[in-house]
Amino acid sequence: MEYFIQQLINGITLGGMYALIALGYTMVYGVIQLINFAHGEFFAAGGYVGAIALAYFAGLGYMGTHPVICLTASFMIAMAYCAYLAVGVEKIAYKPLRKQSRLAALLSALGMSIFLSNGMMLTQGVYDKVYPGELFQGRFDFGMVTISYLQIMIVSLTACLLVGLNLLVFKTKIGMAMRATAQDKTMSALVAIGSNRIISLTFAIGAGLAAAAGIMYGLYYGSVKYDMGFVPGIKAFAAAVLGGIGNITGAMIGGLIIGMVEIFGAGYISGEYKDVFAFIILIAVLYFKPNGIMGENIDDTRV
Amino acid sequence: MIQEFKKVWKQYTIGMLWLLGLLWPLLGIHPDGTITFQKTVTVWSYILAGTFVCLMIYVMKAGDSLKFISNPVSRVAGNIKKVSTAFPTWVWISVTLVFALIYPLFAGRYGTDVAINVLLYICLGLGLNVVVGLAGMLDLGYIAFYGVGAYTYAVLNVTYGLAFWVCLPLSALTACIAGCIVGYPTLRMRGDYLAIVTLGFGEIIRIILNNWMTLTNGPNGILGIKPIGIFLPIFENGFTFEHFWVKKLQFFYYFALALVIVAVIAVQRLNFSRVGRAWESIREDETAAELMGVNTFIYKLLAYAMGAVFAGIAGAFFAARMKFVSPESFTFLESAMVLCMVVLGGMGSIPGIILGVIALIALPEIFREFQSYRMLIFGATMIIMMLFRPAGLIPAKRMGTRSEEKEG
Repeated sequence: MEYFIQQLINGITLGGMYALIALGYTMVYGVIQLINFAHGEFFAAGGYVGAIALAYFAGLGYMGTHPVICLTASFMIAMAYCAYLAVGVEKIAYKPLRKQSRLAALLSALGMSIFLSNGMMLTQGVYDKVYPGELFQGRFDFGMVTISYLQIMIVSLTACLLVGLNLLVFKTKIGMAMRATAQDKTMSALVAIGSNRIISLTFAIGAGLAAAAGIMYGLYYGSVKYDMGFVPGIKAFAAAVLGGIGNITGAMIGGLIIGMVEIFGAGYISGEYKDVFAFIILIAVLYFKPNGIMGENIDDTRV
Repeated sequence: MIQEFKKVWKQYTIGMLWLLGLLWPLLGIHPDGTITFQKTVTVWSYILAGTFVCLMIYVMKAGDSLKFISNPVSRVAGNIKKVSTAFPTWVWISVTLVFALIYPLFAGRYGTDVAINVLLYICLGLGLNVVVGLAGMLDLGYIAFYGVGAYTYAVLNVTYGLAFWVCLPLSALTACIAGCIVGYPTLRMRGDYLAIVTLGFGEIIRIILNNWMTLTNGPNGILGIKPIGIFLPIFENGFTFEHFWVKKLQFFYYFALALVIVAVIAVQRLNFSRVGRAWESIREDETAAELMGVNTFIYKLLAYAMGAVFAGIAGAFFAARMKFVSPESFTFLESAMVLCMVVLGGMGSIPGIILGVIALIALPEIFREFQSYRMLIFGATMIIMMLFRPAGLIPAKRMGTRSEEKEG
């Protein structure tokens, strides 16, 4: 039983990260019906920039004195960087292809993904980049179950980001504009919503969330690598599909489910095949329920 | 020209400043708490210079200032076209063939090695072309079938001692079965989903190869695969056969060449057969194809199986040549690379694919110093091709736009 609860906690931690990445896929798909293959690379870039920023602060010596401020600043920097990167990527690789066939856009996205991951490799090196490990060392012990401070930090920050995104999308003017653009670009343009600006904004928000997930991943597993974006990216896409692509709530739930399945699969079935479970779920969902558990693009909750 | 320049300089400047902002955090912030600008600016200025040259060429072309170059070039191109149409196609094919036949005589060991690589990738590209180019289904896990073929030969040869020629059809068969297993559940899916699911299947197959220790020896791979063996007739003491291992690269080159010739003929015949027309009709408009009596399910499955067969055979050749297989050779990047070749050359066009493979395998060998930039350039090539020439270098003659995409 303790083992089960322990795995549940680990699953929520991992699932929260997948949910953050999945949101980017689902939002971009909702607005321009494109699978943004490069999204996993935004996640990796976030991890890298977070590592660079944390190492810089540690080098200046602030890390020992103000760890929370440094961490917050690193999150801010990484999220801003990835948002900035995503807007550039969108303008170069996707915007000119909006009128072209979807295959062309997909291949361009694939090319962008390869380009970005190799760009990171060339600038940062082939080897793992280590995260400063002394952060959030402590843990709570409840008998057999332990929860580290890091896990609490990750889960609570994820929850904050998800709630914040929900508020942004469903309660503000900008969110309304995003939903309108997702439904009908021509019509939203007629009511003075700049669809280009909204699409860029969607990319930026999605990439920012992915960057946050990237830093969490780095802190949780201790290091980042240039090609780490690929597999989590695919799993997060599986999560987005599972929840019904284009559906924000669905992506959050899907991410949690995929994270749980991975952890429980690794814990109870086989650790070596843990990557396979997410793919099997993806295939099974697409085969039996292609619209996902929450339904795809059915009402005005789509972004 | 000034007019043209005025149109683009603002975007160009913004783009370059944007790039500077992206580069600096990666290159300029150091873990010891220092901030530098020199390296960033150096790298950035190289990129700036390179892109500025491209921009100027583009501007001059748009403003008709390049007439003094483009006119003679187009005249030469026109002449070449005239000459090429003056001879029938078989002349060109035989010239290519003769060149391919005599190539190892003057290429040396390294050149032959590269050429074998090119030939195997042509076979892979042709197989992927059946799936992507003819049937219009984007397959991102294609390299898995190559892996299945290679592992079939490796396992059968090392464990059971079966000869290459026995394993070759078995490799094709296992790859074909794998293709059907992947194809069957994916056929109901739409374009983008199909791509992701095939990617997932490709990864699953790779993970299985990586973890099934008893069969595949896991990440260590399988060593000691025998090369191709043939029986040569000997006329010394009467008439006997002598067994002979094809170890020399030159001989292997001819086997690979034969494979490619067979593959080219097969794809060409398929393309212009009833099956090929059915595939193309599915690619252009699936609903209309079904309405006209094409059994889309069977034909899509057939496209998958056919593509997998090509990959399986190429895989067996790969295993025989390397004498070693490991899951490292069958990663997603390889799939992306084969796809990049097909897209670069032109989907659905055989000469295009051959050109695409040569461009992406042989050219990087020439520029060996830029080895680490290879994948970077691959990615950039894919984007640029999609932006400026989505149909590829040599576009296929029979290619339309899908009707549902025209509307949206």
